[in-house]
Amino acid sequence: MANQNEYDVIVIGGGPGGYVAAIRASQLGMRAAVIEKEHLGGICLNWGCIPTKALLRAAELRHNLEHLSDYGIEITGDITIDLEKVVKRSRGVASRLSAGVTHLLKKNKVNVIEGTATLKGKSGDKHIVHIAGDKPSDIQAKHVIIATGARARQIPNMEADGKQIVTYRDAMVPQTMPKSLIVVGSGAIGIEFASFYRDMGVEVTVVEAMDRILNAEDAEISAMAHKAFEKRGMKIMVSAKLQKLEKSASSVTATIEQKGKIHKLSAERVIMAIGIVGNSENLGLEGKKVKIDRGHIVTDGYGATGEAGIYAIGDVTGAPWLAHKASHEGIICVEKIAGAKNVHKIADNTVPGCTYCRPQIASVGLSEAQAKEKGYKVRVGRFPFMANGKAIALGDDEGMIKTIFDDKTGEFLGAHMIGPEVTEMIQGYAIARTLETTEAELMQTIFPHPTLSEAMHESVLDAYDRAIHF
Amino acid sequence: MPISIKMPALSPTMTDGTLAKWLVKEGDEVRSGDVIAEIETDKATMEVEAIDEGVIAVIAVSEGTQNVPVNAVIAMLAEEDEDPSTIRLDDGASETLSLPPADSPADHNETVAEVATSQEAPQSKAQPAIQAMAESAPANRLFASPLARRMAAQNDISLDGMTGSGPNGRIIKVDVEAAIAGQGQAGTTAAMPRPSTPQASTEERFVPHSAMRRTIAQRLSESKQTAPHFYLTVDCEIDQLLAARKTMNASAPEGVKISVNDMIVRAAAHALMKVPDVNGSYEADGCRYYADADICIAVALDGGLVTPVIPAAQNRGLADISQISKELASQARDGTLPPEAYQGGTFTISNLGMFGIREFAAVINPPQGAILAVGAGEQRPVVKDGALAVATVMSVTLSADHRIVDGALGAKWLQTFKDIIENPVLMLV
Repeated sequence: MANQNEYDVIVIGGGPGGYVAAIRASQLGMRAAVIEKEHLGGICLNWGCIPTKALLRAAELRHNLEHLSDYGIEITGDITIDLEKVVKRSRGVASRLSAGVTHLLKKNKVNVIEGTATLKGKSGDKHIVHIAGDKPSDIQAKHVIIATGARARQIPNMEADGKQIVTYRDAMVPQTMPKSLIVVGSGAIGIEFASFYRDMGVEVTVVEAMDRILNAEDAEISAMAHKAFEKRGMKIMVSAKLQKLEKSASSVTATIEQKGKIHKLSAERVIMAIGIVGNSENLGLEGKKVKIDRGHIVTDGYGATGEAGIYAIGDVTGAPWLAHKASHEGIICVEKIAGAKNVHKIADNTVPGCTYCRPQIASVGLSEAQAKEKGYKVRVGRFPFMANGKAIALGDDEGMIKTIFDDKTGEFLGAHMIGPEVTEMIQGYAIARTLETTEAELMQTIFPHPTLSEAMHESVLDAYDRAIHF
Repeated sequence: MPISIKMPALSPTMTDGTLAKWLVKEGDEVRSGDVIAEIETDKATMEVEAIDEGVIAVIAVSEGTQNVPVNAVIAMLAEEDEDPSTIRLDDGASETLSLPPADSPADHNETVAEVATSQEAPQSKAQPAIQAMAESAPANRLFASPLARRMAAQNDISLDGMTGSGPNGRIIKVDVEAAIAGQGQAGTTAAMPRPSTPQASTEERFVPHSAMRRTIAQRLSESKQTAPHFYLTVDCEIDQLLAARKTMNASAPEGVKISVNDMIVRAAAHALMKVPDVNGSYEADGCRYYADADICIAVALDGGLVTPVIPAAQNRGLADISQISKELASQARDGTLPPEAYQGGTFTISNLGMFGIREFAAVINPPQGAILAVGAGEQRPVVKDGALAVATVMSVTLSADHRIVDGALGAKWLQTFKDIIENPVLMLV
């Protein structure tokens, strides 16, 4: 090795995109480094996917305890929540996994450098990356992958203060439970917090600017979720535009315009969950041929930007903002750099999405509306969990599974699920899509009885008017 | 978990090879990328690289062992935390040694050893792993997604011979869509280059060498560097030959269809018998002249070419030549050509006539003494008895190795060949 500061690949950002890219690079025989300014594992692991799942688990347990008598179990005494312990457990889960990533990188001989990276000039065909931090240094590589992720979008004059108006990050480590809460935005992040706080006994109002919640999901699923949340006592306002937030000592008052009418709504706390923006600033990209569109770095689908040798993956490249998309992009990008054959871009609509609210929501592929818009003549199958034996036995039979096929070729275009454990089941449909199965293989597959997944089978059968149990 | 190092496949058709040399011994520590052994096949010697690190615990196949099947365990590697002395070639592993290559049950951490020729650039180090990952599927089973199969059936498209871009060469939806699009274009814009996506056309690609590419590069460089080539071109009028072919095919039994190329093979075989000094090889201590005209025909493949042999072509009739060459070409395209079918050969014919090439000079296929490059048969003006006339003319160019074939000898052979082509009745002699 000519120089300790020379690498084949440098990855800026140690989140689920960056660390996966670095490990894959190392597997392919390249010398790789990851630069991380805070925690390995990124937002996903430290402030996103993982710690929220720990919180939601606590909320789920509380919900179950309150319904024990439905199952013939009685307990005496009050259910109390030690919020500090709930949050502490969530942080513990995050730090355990972050340590796991440290170990994985070490095992794969990826050099981890702490600090903040900026691109400097070039030395020959190599890009120089400057690292500011405790030990400033310059390192260089022919290939630099930007995996710096994204942060919560802020609205001018309604910026988060970390106390009364908060983003996901503070929402995850509450010191007290507010009595009332307004959640602005009903994407996956907003809805998961709304679900968590509601299960913890907080009065929750969701404010959504579009005409339905969970706008990325199939409209039928959105409608079912809307009903289910309202049944849980959540208030939901759609087509509602937040105009103003005014703070007083003990509450925040939101001015909301809905269908021409102005509403004033007060709550102890507000969570802003109105999308995210890419961390594309202060990286030294100015003056380079890297194209940035509204905060997101534009790539060719293989991670390549306009500047040779500079790549971008994950949230910094735009929606869908999902850890597993970032990881997959990292792998595609590195394999392309290594010159692998048959590397494919992420095909449209193959990234599954999951929302861990109660009931859970999961989907992959096209929604019915999207499929029709693309000109497909569709076949749609639906199967409700209330006709599924396992769901009834679990006492959790709310929800349904919807599947969409191209009538002409039998191509499996999409699946949309709401109900118990659907986030764990969606992978079956994702595999089916990746393998390009048609309805025939799905129908021929034997699904075990009694399982929730039988509903997946029945939904496919229903699309061809062959459902047995409904 | 000990890691077993296996006999690598150096080419898609390789079934076994000779373990020529060990560069490590038991107890040696190896790191990923170290060259640990040399493997020889009939075509080449290749180096085997370690892809894991550890200590060589067992060398299972000794130096100089021949016919070691692909995927047989050749050594065991102890990982960092293992004691090499406790590792044995386990039952499963020794069993694979005696088994034919294909399936070896994997009950422990297996690694097919990699093949690489250079280690300087980290990129090139990365290639073998990629190559193994993206190796195309064996030709005898067609891998295609259910959706691809259905779309192909609906559009009346054959999946045979289609290149799949999915994992392991699996044919997927996009491949069938491309084929459907190609079909649509063929009728209207056949002469136009197929428009690809703008992205693809500007994209830089790096394709790691296939075994075939390496062989082509090595043999043809050797040929041009060692054999002093000279070139002789002659025009042959083939109207009579075409007429003879038509007559023959009209009365030929079902399934027999003689091509112009079949007749060229036969003419060349005859010419080699009449001018036998062209049918030889230059060797260090002398020239070797062959008894038979074993004629190679160049067959273009995706990503390369092969030159299967029609043995003793001088003794074969046109129907025989036609049948053999058809079979060889189809085996070549399917990748099922047995090694003996492309080994040997005393003379090669390369025909680019179907691409409208008028004439070209081919590189000699060593150790042969000459190669004949055949251009397109086309109508050209010729002077006959002092007047302009139209004739179907085919230009052929002989590339000869001047160490064994001199100019006049080459000219004599070409004249003989032209005589036979222009008077196809001579083929019957």
